Amino acid sequence: MARVTFPFGPQHPVLPEPVQLILTCEDEKVVEVKPRIGYMHRGIEKGCELNPYKHNVFLCERICGICSFIHAEAYCEVIEKAMGIEVPPRARYLRVFWAELSRMHSHLLWLGLFADGFGLESLFMQCWRARELVLDVSELTSGHRIIQSTCVVGGVRKDLDAEQIRTVRKMLKQFKELYTPIFQVFQHDRTIKSRTWGKGILPKDVAWQLGAVGPTIRGSGWAFDARMDGYAAYGELGFEPVVEEGCDSYARMMVRAREVWQSWELINLVLDRLPAGEINVPVEDNPKGEAIHRAEQPRGEVIYYCRGDGSPNLKRLKVRTPSFANLPTLLVMLPGCELADVPVITLSIDPCIACTER
Amino acid sequence: MGLLTKARVKSPWLLHFCSSSCNGCDIEILACLTPYYDVERFGILHMGNPKHADILLVTGPANRRNYKVLQNLYAQMPDPKVVVAVGTCACTGGVFHNCYNIMGGIDKVIPVDVYVPGCAARPEAIIDGVVLALKKLRGELEE
Repeated sequence: MARVTFPFGPQHPVLPEPVQLILTCEDEKVVEVKPRIGYMHRGIEKGCELNPYKHNVFLCERICGICSFIHAEAYCEVIEKAMGIEVPPRARYLRVFWAELSRMHSHLLWLGLFADGFGLESLFMQCWRARELVLDVSELTSGHRIIQSTCVVGGVRKDLDAEQIRTVRKMLKQFKELYTPIFQVFQHDRTIKSRTWGKGILPKDVAWQLGAVGPTIRGSGWAFDARMDGYAAYGELGFEPVVEEGCDSYARMMVRAREVWQSWELINLVLDRLPAGEINVPVEDNPKGEAIHRAEQPRGEVIYYCRGDGSPNLKRLKVRTPSFANLPTLLVMLPGCELADVPVITLSIDPCIACTER
Repeated sequence: MGLLTKARVKSPWLLHFCSSSCNGCDIEILACLTPYYDVERFGILHMGNPKHADILLVTGPANRRNYKVLQNLYAQMPDPKVVVAVGTCACTGGVFHNCYNIMGGIDKVIPVDVYVPGCAARPEAIIDGVVLALKKLRGELEE
């Protein structure tokens, strides 16, 4: 059988972002995959050296618009580590609140796109309907739907009052009613299982060797989550990672579907235990020395490194984003699959090209 | 308004291209297509093929690797066509203006008809921009 090579992307309806996969097929079977990246490169790391360090929060937030709050949070925490700033407890809890809102909306967005990927359009609409409620909570508390811009070096900019907390609790209850039937469909539906069960296998040892992160490695049976470090307020909230043993697309999907519930519970816990007090501390100095910080994004672990010399501009900022670690796993998952499964398997690692290429 | 013009303005198909945006505007464009905002009531369908499209929605600034893909897509669309720049960075370069790989707003690369500011642009603003683009499309068709 002759081999056919053709490009998948950079502009493709399944992928909202430009990335190119050069697929080599034998009949309907994929035998080789070569990713080509760089279409989204903006040069944000260098751009961060040109701005004063306090302004970089806004630039880091826009590395990726889907997990934007966690980028800002990780940036602020790495600067705070370098400068030795102690963040007030209320600010740490509020950071968890917005970070988990981001995770909920990102996972629902992904579950919807995944459903669309295997042709269940009405499920896509249902997921996005539930997601709108999460975005309403985000808008109510921060003033914006997706890019919250509430994190600053030294704490957060916005506070929750009693009225808002009451409304958020009511909306969370509504969300539970909306999401329960959707979750059951993902868990039990036969059509979904036939498209995901046993597809895109990432064996447990290979996942570790390739350095996969986030739901990709948790779907292969590793309890590996940066939130286990207990940064922000996760240590006090008693965090347990979600792990699935299946190693296939179904397992990765279930990790995300269950993490929506986990985030929902974490947000409720934060609202229960929100300590009183200040929401930020004044920051006067400039960062000196270096620091490194790990945080868990919806797609996996992000690592921020910064180095300053006492001037308002950083000397270096390095970001290792989760999709960059997850892309190599595609080279294990894709060869041997049917051509029709390529979009579903590619989506199962939730590739975020804006993150990867910055 | 002739029958052909009426038919084209009532069923514009749109093509979405992400040219190095942060994804914020992209997911808002997708949100426009869900029943909550529902651009389908204007007859708008999201198309993957530039040869079928009347409206090009571009998010994010033009960058040095990507601009040729964008120009290529624009050239493949049949006339008359309109281009909507969605988001502040598609209009001017925005927060990325001093990053080294960024050329600025997408009007440096292709002609733009409607600018939708906002970071990220809200779905209501995007729908407003698309409706404005439709008016322009009708004007071009009637000439």
